[in-house]
Amino acid sequence: MAVASAPSALPLGKKKEFSQSYWSLVWYRFKKNKLGVVGGVLLIALYVSFVALPEFISPYALENRSNFVEAPPTPIRFVDANGQFQAPFIYGLERRVDQVRRLRTWVEDPNRKYPLRLFVQGDSYQLFGLIPTNLHLFGLEADQKEARLFIMGADALGRDFFTRIMYGGRLSLMIGLIGQFLTLALGASLGVISGYYGGATDMFVQRFTEFLAAFPNIPLFMALSAAIPVFWSPIAVYFMLTLILAFLGWGGLARQVRGLVLSLREREYALAAKSFGAKDSRIMFRHLLPGAMSHVIVIATLSIPGMILAETALSWLGLGLRPPLTSWGTLLQDAATVRAIRFTPWLLWTVPPILLTVLTYNMLGDGLRDALDPYSGR
Amino acid sequence: MVNYLIRRLGYAIVMVVLVSFVSFVIIELPPGDYLTQKVEQLRARGDRSAEQQVEMLRVRYGLDKPFLERYFNWAVNFFLRGDFGESFEFERPVSEILSARLGYTVILAIATTVLTWALAIPLGVYSAVKQYSPGDQVISVISFIGLGMPGFLLALIIMYFAIIIFNLEVTGLFSPQYQDAPWSIEKVLDLLSHLWIPALISAVTGIGGLVRIMRGNLLDTLGQPFVEAARARGLKNRTVTWKHAVRIAINPLITILGSDVFPSIIVGSSLVAIVLNLPTIGPVFVDSLRKLDMYLAGTCIVFLTIMLLVGNLVADLLLAWVDPRIRLE
Repeated sequence: MAVASAPSALPLGKKKEFSQSYWSLVWYRFKKNKLGVVGGVLLIALYVSFVALPEFISPYALENRSNFVEAPPTPIRFVDANGQFQAPFIYGLERRVDQVRRLRTWVEDPNRKYPLRLFVQGDSYQLFGLIPTNLHLFGLEADQKEARLFIMGADALGRDFFTRIMYGGRLSLMIGLIGQFLTLALGASLGVISGYYGGATDMFVQRFTEFLAAFPNIPLFMALSAAIPVFWSPIAVYFMLTLILAFLGWGGLARQVRGLVLSLREREYALAAKSFGAKDSRIMFRHLLPGAMSHVIVIATLSIPGMILAETALSWLGLGLRPPLTSWGTLLQDAATVRAIRFTPWLLWTVPPILLTVLTYNMLGDGLRDALDPYSGR
Repeated sequence: MVNYLIRRLGYAIVMVVLVSFVSFVIIELPPGDYLTQKVEQLRARGDRSAEQQVEMLRVRYGLDKPFLERYFNWAVNFFLRGDFGESFEFERPVSEILSARLGYTVILAIATTVLTWALAIPLGVYSAVKQYSPGDQVISVISFIGLGMPGFLLALIIMYFAIIIFNLEVTGLFSPQYQDAPWSIEKVLDLLSHLWIPALISAVTGIGGLVRIMRGNLLDTLGQPFVEAARARGLKNRTVTWKHAVRIAINPLITILGSDVFPSIIVGSSLVAIVLNLPTIGPVFVDSLRKLDMYLAGTCIVFLTIMLLVGNLVADLLLAWVDPRIRLE
């Protein structure tokens, strides 16, 4: 490893220490990679807003229906009919039927104006699942039931689509994190065991990963999640899906860890631990695994988006999460038809947050790889 | 070489057997599938003809036999007699449903692979030869986007632009007038004019990674002494790049053709096929899974996996052929 830590034999009381731990070196190098830092910051922002605070940021409750079926995104106005500039407001919507095309359309009614406000009272919810409140970041005044704000349009039940995207992010983002954690535990421990013991164990684990890799992954995910019984509760389906994704994903990680452990176990410190009589499990998980950890973290970071996308693809195909669970995948179900793209194209607003998540994970992962790679000269 | 070929084939056959076993487990896995439902419905009726039908199903699918025996019967029928079971939803043999689609699936996969390579190699070579030029920067940015972009989302976005802005029809593989027409030159041309859209969409996602690898390898190779020597002999730049450097730099690309490119093409193109409603295996597979029409679904999995294994085999053989230094021990 690239640790150049001088033993701290400096006289006590001296303020500046010259030894730096491996992780502080990594942090130093990581900070120099602007793209990686931006990715990390964006990712934290994504998780805070989609996982911790969707109730606060979205103007309505998840299942709050209205009569505004498939209303397009509401234009936010700054200039009123008289041409005067003022605080942001929206016009009320009125339903029209297009006689020629036999379509329901929504037109703005310039006589009804509704100002937009920050920190309005609306549907009540529990912040972090604990604090009961009804405060929302933005929205219309609470008593104006005849108008609604749809910054990303409304779906077929008149629900605010922006709200649904905010709530959907929670399940989608968490399935990647939880699933990757399980993959990590499984892949890292099997990789270490396989690399350390070698022989028949190694042979078995290696053949098994090859076998898993022989399947096209998404079709196998699909088949297994189709086998989840229909009558299970949504939460059970969610955890089963996470398990399936994790179980099929550990192969690549195990191979990489095995490769690293194969070289690490021949190092002097591993021999030293052995000659002190350390147990196999101690050598593997206290001495060898930490040596491979930096690579494991990079691989894990770079494969979380794959897991999020797998969930999205499965739920989109109707084989993963099912309504009433709301994830980005289930939201795509309504959007991915030719009819939907033609008449309600705003339902594709689900795509940008997915892409943003994938992009930020890749940026962070690339940054981490450069920072953790001991062979890079930078 | 022959030895190597035989060993690779043997390995592939073992894999097919294992894959078929897993597929059969998947067929048997879901509770409440078509077969169970049908038997229960018939039992509930309880009259004599229903009893006879239950008896027929029991004999056909070996419902009272142990699991391994059932698997063995299924596998023998599957591989030796080409009898893949019956689709309960369509009430037709699975082979009948899939036979037409299998061809299109293979055509789409091959078209995508060819397109991926035809685009990725020149772009990668350009990127490496003109390192840090504006063209290189543009290609790098695009390939990073392609790396992160899943094919089915790209298909959705392209459909959005095609429908909303260009008012195009992007779904299907044939124009309506050729749908049921017999094969002719015009029909092939019509197929080609529709095929490039899904092929391009599935290709773009694969190109990103390939361009990066091609660029990196070629940059390494261009710095080596034999390239210098070729230049010193006064060869044209074009010859040095394409005949000397690219020939060496391309080998890792062939390796990942089997391990990364084929899987992503097969998976990617079946998801794209669902969005664009193409007559390939993908849409049928998803539909059969939703309805738990398990014999159809299991057959689809076996075929997709066999395509993958064949792709791997071809990639390995290609590598052994292109790079004589590969040991075939």
